[in-house]
Formats: sequence, structure tokens, C-alpha cells
Amino acid sequence: MEALKEVDANEAYENDLPADVALDCRAHQIFYSDFLAVRDSHVPIKRNQITGFIGPSGCGKSTVLKSINRMNDLIRGFRFVGDVHFHGINIYDKNIDPVSVRRNIGMVFQQPNPFSMSIFDNVAFGLRLNRYKGNMHEKVEKALRSAALWKEVKDKLKNNGLSLSGGQQQRLCIARAIATEPRVLLMDEPCSALDPIATRQIEELMVELKKQFTVAIVTHNMQQAVRVADQTAFFAVDISKGGRTGYLVEMGPTKEVFENPQEELTKEYLHGEFS
Amino acid sequence: MSQTGLQLPQLERQPMEPRALKSIILSAITIACAITACIPLFSVLILLIYRGGKRLTLELFYTLPPGAFDAHGVGGFGNAILGTAFMVGIAGLISIPFGILAAVYLAELDPHSKISETARFCAKTMTGLPSIIAGVFAYAVVVLVMGHYSSWAGGIALSLLMIPTVMLTAEEAIKMVPNPMREAAYGMGCTPAQSLVKVILPVAMPGIITGVVLAVARAAGETAPLLFTALFSESWLSPNNPTASLAVLIYNWSSSPYENLIELAWAASLILVVLVFVLNIISRSMGGKTKL
Ligand SMILES: Nc1ncnc2c1ncn2[C@@H]1O[C@H](COP(=O)(O)OP(=O)(O)O)[C@@H](O)[C@H]1O
Ligand SMILES: [Mg+2]
Repeated sequence: MEALKEVDANEAYENDLPADVALDCRAHQIFYSDFLAVRDSHVPIKRNQITGFIGPSGCGKSTVLKSINRMNDLIRGFRFVGDVHFHGINIYDKNIDPVSVRRNIGMVFQQPNPFSMSIFDNVAFGLRLNRYKGNMHEKVEKALRSAALWKEVKDKLKNNGLSLSGGQQQRLCIARAIATEPRVLLMDEPCSALDPIATRQIEELMVELKKQFTVAIVTHNMQQAVRVADQTAFFAVDISKGGRTGYLVEMGPTKEVFENPQEELTKEYLHGEFS
Repeated sequence: MSQTGLQLPQLERQPMEPRALKSIILSAITIACAITACIPLFSVLILLIYRGGKRLTLELFYTLPPGAFDAHGVGGFGNAILGTAFMVGIAGLISIPFGILAAVYLAELDPHSKISETARFCAKTMTGLPSIIAGVFAYAVVVLVMGHYSSWAGGIALSLLMIPTVMLTAEEAIKMVPNPMREAAYGMGCTPAQSLVKVILPVAMPGIITGVVLAVARAAGETAPLLFTALFSESWLSPNNPTASLAVLIYNWSSSPYENLIELAWAASLILVVLVFVLNIISRSMGGKTKL
């Protein structure tokens, strides 16, 4: 958080976002080497709401999501043309440190990926990275409670995080991500490796979490989008120019997108999914 | 067989059928070969226990080599045990940090760069380096320059043999760490260095230690690199002077005309083989510990 504030005032982007938008992603073009993966996608993410990304596989949902906290920087040949406005700055600005971006914009992945260390250390991990000086136990307990995992693990905090079940591991990853209280939490198909009961638990958890955080979630499950998302962004693949480029077709409040889609493509896709 | 006249397929075993027979014979041959592979180690162990076991006393560990005319049963080789430990220690201090840091670069930082490709190729070639060449090299660059034989020269010669083993096994161990763990580390806001130290190396550590232990075991038994570098000594360790080691002791004394020295050489062989044996068992048990 500190590092982000350090940005020089005159370098800072003039904050003209609507008050309810926490983060504004304007992806003009996203490349993997020469391959144009995503184009013309403007995705505003509203504060304390859940924004769902839906669309057929390969349409660039993960690409856009990971661009938001610069996870894609790790991929060779990745190039993002556009900007992501967050608290008055463009996180793709040259003097922005991607590491501090990731400390402010947390991420939960498709496969639960706890570290091979104790449950406690998993949750304390980010706090220690940020040299948190206060009461570590209190923070860890709070994060585990918020992730609806505390009751199940409070007697075995010393056990390895990998000894938990898949659903518990994913909730541990959520606890790990929210322990440092990031402003935004990104989730890339967080339930696709989980059984229906664990999925329900995570969904309830997300609805709980949006009181504190801003959440963006990729899901391939339409019903899940309807259940949890306040806003829905529908992506599709454009094969007209020979490539396979993803783009944002439409975005709006979930209810409107599902009940009264503006675009023909959205209608067809939703019809296909629900019939 | 059945009332409808349907032919049920023959499902029972037919051991005498040619196909089955061939398979049985082949299995028998492979088993025989596998068992034969165990014979050298066990016969060496039995021979060493038989010849060296009777001289195996605590005295060996704290006394100096006997003079040629000392009574039978007198003397030991505490200095050689200490010398081997000291020189392997020096080699470890050089090769372990060096090998692991190089492996970090190869596996994690830039696996496909020219430097990585070249270093990997060099290390693979070095694993096949005849150990005597390591000795000759250390003789040229350390002994000739310093002007005398020393444990330092011996340690450096051994480190040349250890570096490629440590480096390549550590690289493999780091590469085995699953990618989602790296993503998790970066996703939490780790710098590359933090992700390495806090997440990747702890997971890779059992594999890295396995490589280190195997390299130590190999170095402890090497004779040729020490012949031209550390030579041998009849007195206690003095690092700037020629230094005794178990391997060179065995080489020197086993061809001596004195029964006393020959017996001690057998005992030294037994100690060395048991050491290597134990190190290998340690490395095996470490290898199984990887938590993923
Ligand atoms: N690391 C990568 N390197 C090259 N191409 C990639 C990479 N990741 C994704 N892509 C490509 O980008 C497109 C969008 O992928 P992705 O964002 O994963 O889609 P989604 O999450 O919607 O299924 C796909 O065509 C995919 O093949
Ligand atoms: Mg995806």
C-alpha cells in the first residue's frame, strides 16, 4: 500500500472515475507475443460489488483478470496496451512496481494452491511480507473467520495447508489473500476444482466478502454468475479476421444482462447455456 | 459349453502355453540380473567386514599411523579421518553455495538463456570428468602456485567433482516445484527473491539435500584428485601442509609390505564404505520427504 502512495503526485492519473468504480480496466489490446488475445475491452469494476466475467472458454477472461494485478508480467511475450486505473494511478505506468500492485490487488486461482507450510503460516504469509507488526494471531483468526474456515481449522493451525480438502484449501487461499486486506480480490474460476457443497460455501463467502472488498470473479458457470455477481461482463471470441481475439460484448448489472441482453451474441450464448 | 452353443473364451491360466512360457523365462532372466546387480556391493561389504572388521576399534579414530617397525596391532588413522572430513568440508563449502546458486539461475531465473544452456552443458560434461583430471587441474592451479601440497588444494580438487552433481540435482529439484506455487507466491506480492526463499527453496530442499549428500559421498571416496594435491601425511591435520585422507591411505598402505599397515587399510576401507552406504541411505530418506 505504501509503495502505491509513493507515486509522485504529478505522475498520478487525474482521477475522473465515477465514485462507485474501484478499478477501471481499459484493455485496448493484450498480446501474447504476436497473438492478439483480447481487444477493446473496457471493464469498470464497482466498489463493494462482485463483477462476474463470463463467456466461452478461450475468450480472454483470465487474460483480462490477470492483467488487472499484473500477474501476466510473468509470462514471456505478454504485452498490455491500455491502462488500469486504480486509486488515481495507472498501474501500467512505467514507475509502478508490479509487486506492490499485487499486494493491493489479491488473487485466488483456479487450482487451490496453498503453500507447503502450516495453515497459520499460509495466512500469515502476506502479513509477514508486509512486515506487519501487530497481533499476528488476531489477524490470522480474523482472516480465517472471514473465509469461513476458522471453525474447521482452529485446532490444527500447525498442520500443513496441503493436508486440507480441496474446498478447505481454496478457502485457505482466500483467507491468505484477504489477510492483508487488499482493496480488490480477483478470483479466476475459484470453484471449478471443487464439489457442489464446497462451491456453495465459497459463493456464500464471496457475498459476505463484498461488504469489505471489491471482488472480480471469472466463472464458466452461468448459474454461479446469476447467484453471486452484481455486475456481469460477457466476453466472446471474434474469429472474423482469421484470429481468435476475445473482446467484451456487453457489460451491465447481472439482472439486465441475463434478462434483457442488448447484443444478439449475448442472447444466443445465454440461450445456449440455459436450454 | 453353454446350452445355447456359445463358445466362452478360455480365461484360465495356461502356464505351458508357448506365449506364457516365454514370458516366464524372460521374467526369470530379469530377476536373475537384478539379483546379480546386488552381489558386488554385498560381497564387497562381506569381504571388508571379514578383513577389516577385526581391526575396527575406537583406537583407530584417535591414534596416528604406526611406524614401520611398531608392533602388530598398534596405531590408527585418526589424522586421515580428520583429513577426509576437513577436505570434504572445504569442498562442500565451495560447491554447495556455488552449485545451488547456479541451479537457481538455471531453473528459475532464466532457463533458456545462452548462459543457462552453456552452463547446463558444461555441468553435464563435468559429471563425466575423470576424477584424476580434477586432481591434475588443482595441482596446476593450486599446488604449483602455492608451492606446496595442502588440504586446500585437495578440497578444491574435490569441489570440482561436487559442483556439477550439486548443480544438476538442485536444478531438477527446483524445477519439480509445481507452477501454481510460484503463481501463488507472486499473487501474494512476493518479489522474485522472496518467492524463491520463502516458497520455492523450502519445497525443493529435500531434493537439493539429496544431491548434496550424494556429492559428499562421492567426494569422500575419491583418491585420484587427492594424490596430486593433498598427498599424505603421518601427522595430525595442518591445513597448509600435505594432508592424510582415508582414500589415499588405502591406496598407499594396501600395497605396503607390512601386515600391520595392510590390516589398517582394510579397516579404513570398511569405514569408508560404511560412510558412503550411510550417506546414500540418508539421501534416499530425504528424497522421500518432499511435501507437495
Ligand atoms: N500464457 C499464454 N501464452 C500464449 N497464449 C495464451 C496464454 N494464456 C492464454 N493464451 C491464449 O489467450 C486466449 C485467451 O485465453 P484465456 O484468457 O485463458 O481464456 P479464458 O480464461 O477465457 O478461457 C486463448 O486463445 C489462449 O490460448
Ligand atoms: Mg481461464
